[in-house]
Amino acid sequence: MFKFPEIVEIPLAQGIDKIMDWLLVYLDGFFDFIGMIILKVVMAFENLFLFLPWFVIILLVGLAGWKLIRSLKTGILFMILMLIIGTFGYWELSMRTLALVISSVVFALLIGLPMGIQMARSDRTERILKPILDGMQTMPSFVYLIPALMFFGMGKVPAMFATIIYAVPPVIRLTNVGIRTVDVEAVEAAKAFGATPRQILFDVQLPLAKPSIMVGINQTTMMALAMVVIGSMIGAKGLGMEVLLAISRIEVGRGFEAGISIVFLAIIIDRITHSFSESREKDSK
Amino acid sequence: MADKPNDVQIIIKNLWKVYGKDPKRVFQKGLQDKTKEEIQNETGCVVGMRDINLEIRKGEFYILMGLSGSGKSTLIRALIRLIKSTKGSITINGDDITRMNADQLMKFRRKTFGMVFQHYGLLPHLTVLDNAAYGLKVRGVSKEVRYAKAREVLETVGLKGWEDYYPTNLSGGMQQRVGLARALANDPEILLMDEPFSGLDPLIRRQMQDELVELQSKLQKTIIFVTHDLHEALKLGDQIAIMRNGEVVQVGTPEDIVTQPADDYVQEFVQDASPAKVLTAGSIMSEVPVITYVWEGPKTALTLMRREKKKIGYVVDQKQRFLGVITAKELERLLSGEERFKTIPTSSIEVVDTVTEDVLIEDLFSIAPKNPYPIPVVDEKNKLLGRITNDHIFESISNNEGGSDV
Repeated sequence: MFKFPEIVEIPLAQGIDKIMDWLLVYLDGFFDFIGMIILKVVMAFENLFLFLPWFVIILLVGLAGWKLIRSLKTGILFMILMLIIGTFGYWELSMRTLALVISSVVFALLIGLPMGIQMARSDRTERILKPILDGMQTMPSFVYLIPALMFFGMGKVPAMFATIIYAVPPVIRLTNVGIRTVDVEAVEAAKAFGATPRQILFDVQLPLAKPSIMVGINQTTMMALAMVVIGSMIGAKGLGMEVLLAISRIEVGRGFEAGISIVFLAIIIDRITHSFSESREKDSK
Repeated sequence: MADKPNDVQIIIKNLWKVYGKDPKRVFQKGLQDKTKEEIQNETGCVVGMRDINLEIRKGEFYILMGLSGSGKSTLIRALIRLIKSTKGSITINGDDITRMNADQLMKFRRKTFGMVFQHYGLLPHLTVLDNAAYGLKVRGVSKEVRYAKAREVLETVGLKGWEDYYPTNLSGGMQQRVGLARALANDPEILLMDEPFSGLDPLIRRQMQDELVELQSKLQKTIIFVTHDLHEALKLGDQIAIMRNGEVVQVGTPEDIVTQPADDYVQEFVQDASPAKVLTAGSIMSEVPVITYVWEGPKTALTLMRREKKKIGYVVDQKQRFLGVITAKELERLLSGEERFKTIPTSSIEVVDTVTEDVLIEDLFSIAPKNPYPIPVVDEKNKLLGRITNDHIFESISNNEGGSDV
């Protein structure tokens, strides 16, 4: 038997722990500030969703299905799905989950879009960011919970922090790809007419990259939903928590209901965000 | 084409473009005289343009011609600095564009250039009208003004009524008209056209070429036009620069290029070019053997004709203006008749079709069979310059040397 020699050791874990300790001591105020902003935004969404009567929300979702996807059938299907979630008794929890997802996506876009644009503009940024994004996407999602927990303690904020980090890569990546694959001559034309880099970005690159960016937003949203469920492990109230409870108590039926609700929510969110990329494409053709 | 003012507008001097890491090395190491392959082996850099020197005059229709990879697209892009040249200067209206900073460059592009692209480069999310107005929008022109101007140029290019459509609703030819309208809306001094008609069907292409010629005769802009199609180059160009491997091999008028190819490369390029599309009546005509003055008597005219052993004379008046043709037979008939003529009567002069010097040989094909006599060549004042026999025409198209000494 050959055992790996224990003397050969790279103290990465200790190193990272030290950095975390340092960050916690010296950047405490900074994380408090970020935590406060995140909390304000998510509470605003949560209060809004819980303030609106359930039937108004169901109607709005139905309307979104009808108008955005342009199919009355889809609209009605969405309303039925939402009703089923309500009959399971998960209306409030699903609204909390929705608030977490939407506010996480808002932050992810605020971070991801500018980064994607920057990545498209500079080959160097792309070279640096690409492996990092690859790493982020292959990292098990649970891992993000640990630093989040350390910076922000338990609750919504760390769950969202982890969600934002976990969900941001697709929108960065697809914004970058979208802009890079914009018709070269369209960009050259804008340049030839003396457009400033800003004009080129807003008049040419972003509009032409829109379908790709929308796909990125769709993926980011779906990843955010997945992560929010996991985030319940560190105390984010929502549907995920029900699944977690069902696991610990081995209540299959309860877990199934909660699981189904998450799936329904996922279907609705996916279809609606997906429609953004498609309807735009149709318009321009 | 129309008159060509002589003032030089664009001067390209020793222009180089070298692709690769740290391309200036090529010059520091003194490799500029080596071949493209040697430079590539030694430094890993690829030469895109090598030591290009050109002068382009105002109002000139200037063609950059070459196969793909010859550097023609690189050159036209360097002119507007979509590609930054490595060495050398490009002076346009007295300003060196290679030395401008980003801000100056942007302003310069706005006021000087319009550009048309091979794949149109239109913005699919904007309507035809907005596309045509885009150059003006960039300049910060107000909405009403730019729409008014855009409507005007869309009408010029024949797209009236299509303003509210999207580019993808239009055929390739129409999309390129939008591209042209967008370039013209800025009223640029210099129009850059990068293979604008290459993607179009042959029929549409010819139609667009014809319209461009007509437009240019009105606008008189400096046009720099990239193409790989020799016929297009010969048809449109005032001057043609032929490029190969990043170098300019020959510069000249269409006629120069076809009749005196600078080397084997150009020779090969032009060998299937029909001289009929390039050579003009003026270049193949020869002297009129017998000129008959209208005030001469029939007897004198006939004597002159017989001395030259010719059967016809070209009748001119005091100002050398061409009146028509008179045959020896007709003169004999006049002399044998009872009436005595002091001068040649108008009724005896046969009126025939004439051509001017700049008519292409191609166009003579339709005139020659109708004319029983060699075709007279006249200038715009109808002054007789020479004549073209059928032999002249055949010889000019059977060899590329031209038929001027026949």
